[in-house]
Amino acid sequence: MAKAPRNGSSPLLDIRNLRIEARVYPPGEAPRTITLVHDVSLSLEKGKVLGLIGESGAGKSTIGLSSMAYGRGGVKITGGEVLLNGRDILKGGTQGVRALRGREVCYVAQSAAAAFNPAHRLMDQVVEASILHGVATREEAERRAVALFRKLSLPDPENIGQRFPHQVSGGQLQRVMTAMALCSEPDLIVFDEPTTALDVTTQIDVLAAIKEAIRDTGVAALYISHDLAVVAQVSDEIMVLRHGRLVEWGGTRQIIKEPRQEYTSALVSVHEIEHQEKQPGASPFLSVRNITAAYGGGKIKVLKNVSVDILPGQTLAVVGESGSGKSTLARAITGLLPPEEGSITFAGRTLSNRLSDRSRDDLRELQMIYQMADVAMNPRQTVGTIIGRPLEFYFGMGGRERDAKVAELLDKIEMGRGFIDRYPAELSGGQKQRVCIARALAAKPRLIICDEVTSALDPLVANGILKLLLGLQAEEGVAYLFITHDLATVKSIADSIAVMYRGEVVRYGPKSEVLKPPFDAYTDLLLSSVPEMEIGWLEKAIGGRRMASAGN
Amino acid sequence: MSNPILKLIAQRIALGLLLLLAVSVLIFAGTQILPGDVAQSILGQSATPQALANLREELGLNDPAIVRYFRWLAGVLTGDLGTALSSRQDIAASIGGRLWNTLFLAFWAAVVSVPLAIVLGLLAVRYRNGWIDKSISGLALASTSLPEFFIGYLLVYFFAVKLQWFPGISTVYDGMPFLERMKAIALPATALTLVVLAHMMRMTRAAILNVMQSAYIETAELKGLSPFDIIRKHAFPNAIAPIINVVMLNLAFLIVGVVVIEVIFVYPGMGQYLVDHVAKRDVPVVQAVGLIFAAVYIGLNIIADIAAIVANPRLRHPK
Repeated sequence: MAKAPRNGSSPLLDIRNLRIEARVYPPGEAPRTITLVHDVSLSLEKGKVLGLIGESGAGKSTIGLSSMAYGRGGVKITGGEVLLNGRDILKGGTQGVRALRGREVCYVAQSAAAAFNPAHRLMDQVVEASILHGVATREEAERRAVALFRKLSLPDPENIGQRFPHQVSGGQLQRVMTAMALCSEPDLIVFDEPTTALDVTTQIDVLAAIKEAIRDTGVAALYISHDLAVVAQVSDEIMVLRHGRLVEWGGTRQIIKEPRQEYTSALVSVHEIEHQEKQPGASPFLSVRNITAAYGGGKIKVLKNVSVDILPGQTLAVVGESGSGKSTLARAITGLLPPEEGSITFAGRTLSNRLSDRSRDDLRELQMIYQMADVAMNPRQTVGTIIGRPLEFYFGMGGRERDAKVAELLDKIEMGRGFIDRYPAELSGGQKQRVCIARALAAKPRLIICDEVTSALDPLVANGILKLLLGLQAEEGVAYLFITHDLATVKSIADSIAVMYRGEVVRYGPKSEVLKPPFDAYTDLLLSSVPEMEIGWLEKAIGGRRMASAGN
Repeated sequence: MSNPILKLIAQRIALGLLLLLAVSVLIFAGTQILPGDVAQSILGQSATPQALANLREELGLNDPAIVRYFRWLAGVLTGDLGTALSSRQDIAASIGGRLWNTLFLAFWAAVVSVPLAIVLGLLAVRYRNGWIDKSISGLALASTSLPEFFIGYLLVYFFAVKLQWFPGISTVYDGMPFLERMKAIALPATALTLVVLAHMMRMTRAAILNVMQSAYIETAELKGLSPFDIIRKHAFPNAIAPIINVVMLNLAFLIVGVVVIEVIFVYPGMGQYLVDHVAKRDVPVVQAVGLIFAAVYIGLNIIADIAAIVANPRLRHPK
């Protein structure tokens, strides 16, 4: 394990042998104590940025929050020292801890939309900590907040503070939260996945704003993310964590260019699946023609004149930002949102627009997999019941025949028969998504619509799911309509691509053509916004843009 | 900007009026189904058939029910609630003073119980699962579980009979000095407070605890706010809608559900009046009181709805 270089002066934050434990209450078992963080040490100089990276469960956030002596839920810091400005904050007592939170260390949460109080105006929340800790009077704090809003390129910096959180977009809220953290002039800010919930095109702006704000104010930061490419843009050093243990710690360049540990190499190269585009020879079995769909009784048009084709056994990827109409397209095809105009032909016949008018066979041939696997399954049913349901419903199977088929499907998703009697709560995120895939496959569909199926998963797990989907496609000849905002996923899985922007398909064709220059302005923005594991990529990408992102 | 809110409020009020109309139909229909003949009950068993027929004609009882309903409704809308059969007195005149008495008692019970319940709820959340929380919950539950007449008699026994601090019979009259009046209602108001306290307290606690799971509570904690400030400034404003709802339900109970307490303390309010006239089978009085109680109930629930709408910043400040 590499130690980061140190110079003589005492660091701002010095965590020594940190041990964090939690009491867990697994169903049907006696409560026990598990260790989340195993004797991790780190140090951070004034004005430097340390990136903490790892998958979920690596202990990144837990370590980050320990710098504020905070444990989420039942989490307890049980060993080690957290030295901030030379004193051990774990020994400071409740009053001491409260005095440093919001003053010396501030926190920027993953979802600013949830982290702002919906009942209060933004300005009141931004200046709250400064006033509470006596850093500034209300007037001074508000003046500083407006200056920070301006620095973070928020629109209308003079008045945006008068708004309520729901009146401001997600990307803007994330910047307001950064301003809130900077307002009391802390020594350290903990950024906990601040751009993960944003669209790529928005992420890049927020990332640039955060980076500039860190540089100009000279604040130190712990930057937590699961995305190494993002962390590499803002960090001086990177610490790789896994299962609560330190894997590797070094300078940003060393980590991404010369990783010394196997796990770090896996993270660096995680996205690369070679996928040969299939020839568009066969004729499409599903054609969407000039579909227009709207919500609110025709008031809000979300799909405008959309036409796409899906070829047997191939994958059409639909990409775009949130609000571009990707999921609405899926809802229109499945009949959940009957289109107002246009038609859908499936295997030579026209599908009824309304779900209730479709035959059971039409329903069977179109299956869906969702982003949130855990809410897409009934928590009170076992895996066997969940996968067996379509077998009973569509094929009238029962008893031993059904069980044998369920076991076969479990083998296909590489999970094995042992899972038949498990409940969804006992599965990991990746396993849940696999069960959802098996449930969709059980209906023997011609097309599976995958709606952001890997977005909620860790990169390595997501990679496994993509490989599984590709393998199943080769075996079963099923086609996918793959909805995603992640272009790396698109490159790994698609045969053809439709780029959507504000309800319209702006670019459509085989993968090789869509991803070949010259690009239209929007596709260019989308492609250039995907973080690359290059130092200095962020500045280059921002500098070379031809249009501003829509939803920041 | 306030347009959508005004529309929602107008909708609620219109719905409330519609509901009240439906209730008036129900009340009228219900009293029609009751056995017995009004004319017979006025004149007694010994009345001659001719006298009965004359009285029926005079009261309009021979008209179809629908005509009588609209006649009654028209009367109600113009403030004429009819005449009591038993006493031959104008109902609106006799209700006036009693309604005022009931509202006076309910008002002071609410002034004590609502803030007390909310403060106790906040305290229970602040010290949740500790002994303070458990004793608050325990005492409040105990007071709700005891029947109200039992609480009433306990209060009478200790504070009127043993200690002799307050009168056991709450006699009030017109022109009574304010302090005298307060002293008279002290025991019934206390009994009512104990009855409604637990419900409001527990709802406050539950609503705030629900909000305490939110990410913005963590934000507040990480700003260094004290636990009580977090509850007061960040949790309470977001829990206000369900709290208002339960408060309004209990206020309605304070007005509509006081029958037992009024009887125990012989307090001249609406409850007493209703009980007296139910016993005398005085249908017009029962109808009138029923309608007033329904109006109070619906009115308070409309206020709760409107308050919940106004408390929601998303509706108050649309995008």
